[in-house]
Amino acid sequence: MADMQKKATRQSYGESLVALFPKYPNLVVLDADLAAATQTVMFKKAYPERFFDVGIAEGNLIGVAAGLAASGMIPFASTFAMFAAGRAFEQIRNSVGYPHLPVKIGATHAGISVGEDGATHQCNEDIALMRVIPGMTIINPADDTEAKQAVEAAILHNGPVYMRFGRLAAPIFNDPATYKFELGKGVLLKDGSDLTIIATGLMVWEAMTAAELLKNDGISARVINIHTIKPIDEDIILKAAADTRLIVTAEEHSIIGGLGEAVCGVVSAKNPVPVVRIGINDEYGISGPAVELLLKFGLSAANIAAKAKAAFDSKAR
Amino acid sequence: MTIWQKNELKLNAERIRAGIVRGVYAAKSGHPGGSLSSADIMAYLYLTEMRHNPKNPKWEDRDRFVLSKGHAAPVLYATLANAGYFAETELDNLRHTGAMLQGHPDMKHTPGVDMSTGSLGQGLSAACGIALAEKLKGTGVRVYAVLGDGECQEGQIWEAAAFAKHRELDNLCALVDNNGMQIDGTVAEVSGIEPLDIKFEAFGWNVVKTDAHDFDGIEAAYKAARECKGKPTAIIASSTKGKGVSFMENQVSWHGSAPNKEQFEQAMEEITKRIDALEKEVAK
Repeated sequence: MADMQKKATRQSYGESLVALFPKYPNLVVLDADLAAATQTVMFKKAYPERFFDVGIAEGNLIGVAAGLAASGMIPFASTFAMFAAGRAFEQIRNSVGYPHLPVKIGATHAGISVGEDGATHQCNEDIALMRVIPGMTIINPADDTEAKQAVEAAILHNGPVYMRFGRLAAPIFNDPATYKFELGKGVLLKDGSDLTIIATGLMVWEAMTAAELLKNDGISARVINIHTIKPIDEDIILKAAADTRLIVTAEEHSIIGGLGEAVCGVVSAKNPVPVVRIGINDEYGISGPAVELLLKFGLSAANIAAKAKAAFDSKAR
Repeated sequence: MTIWQKNELKLNAERIRAGIVRGVYAAKSGHPGGSLSSADIMAYLYLTEMRHNPKNPKWEDRDRFVLSKGHAAPVLYATLANAGYFAETELDNLRHTGAMLQGHPDMKHTPGVDMSTGSLGQGLSAACGIALAEKLKGTGVRVYAVLGDGECQEGQIWEAAAFAKHRELDNLCALVDNNGMQIDGTVAEVSGIEPLDIKFEAFGWNVVKTDAHDFDGIEAAYKAARECKGKPTAIIASSTKGKGVSFMENQVSWHGSAPNKEQFEQAMEEITKRIDALEKEVAK
């Protein structure tokens, strides 16, 4: 595992835009003065005539993307998650979501792993904000392989898509030769019978590591990767609820409104089982190196394993 | 423009006004003031200026229209009905539960509506995106937006204004229906936005001023917009809020309220009188 390759999903995003343009000539890429950070700069260099920087104007970024989509283009609108889902929420809701235009929002620097920039730039609320928009598809890929396939899936989906990418390099655990991304389908990464860890994005590999730690304690943990948070794969969640009767969710996002609550929504309606939500509690982030912050805020394999074990022990009693 | 053409435009504008009053009365709510102030502009756009086909609302090479001041939906609906996009009787269902005609324009369900709008400040950005797409496709399609003067208090209008100039969107023409009023009072007393002409000029636009109720002026303004290359055009059109219904003219209170039965009848009587006279003129 130590020699596992790593890459930030924002880089995967930039690379896939460049790779996919020849196949999808309607593609247009927009950014709001963060191209070097979101990695759309790769597209800018490769296809400058199809790249439009709107400057520091996120409302206009989304509005222009809506207009491009209304005229048959497939626009990717990129900025940080904070300024896409946050600043431009209402533009996304009214100019993109309501008319169900095929705007693809490439939101990078999501979550606490933004690191040193601190709380103003660490968006732990974007999944919650995007989930409440009717018809919005939300994808939070876990690694390079998944991110690249997700970008193409977003192009092929005829509707708005919010894609969440990270700043921090993430281990590449999906084999590009065999992995097949399916929009709306969870991925069973590891089977188990005592409990299920359902994770998304950067937390998926942590969940896999947590399952190894739990094995040492004699606990058999199932691990599911939910890359598409909306529409969520109800079947895989309900099967986990029925088979293991205990679910732990892990996400680099507020525990309010994110994956954890989405999972709760599914099981509470159809097969209530305990759900332990791991994520950012109801608080702001702070400045610091990403890896330190992830540990401090409990977004680690060790904490996932500890919470899962505690929940399993109380279930067993 | 010949006298006959002008009378034809006037006649259609009055028919549009009748449609506005009819729709808002049926809805028992809505925005008559800023709809009536745009009626002449809309008549000109749909009768003379724009390439469009009511029989084929999704025709790819049509010019596009974006009502950035989406609350003036009644004038757009009355114009589209008058042009034949749908039956005028639809106006009687405006804002009713299950009706095609929503309180603000909905491109998913209403033929002829090119962009969903209503949240102020967003339409001009979408118009920029459409104009950019058409430039990339090399179609020659033109994009027409109508903005409110109060709407220009939204910061996003100026984000879009800077973008349109930077990208040299000369296929974009934004008209500001400058009626000087908004919900809370006159624009000047709420949060003054003038001088709009100088503001758009400073943003690098070609700026033309006209009277929003003078067809010669409107024609000259749109001609100037079409001839201008390398930058977008803003038409600052001085208008009278509530134009054409005597008791609604220049009254802030008619921004967003519907007439009662008596007021409806009076308004229709005023408009019908003008329609009858114009029909006689046109028939000559």
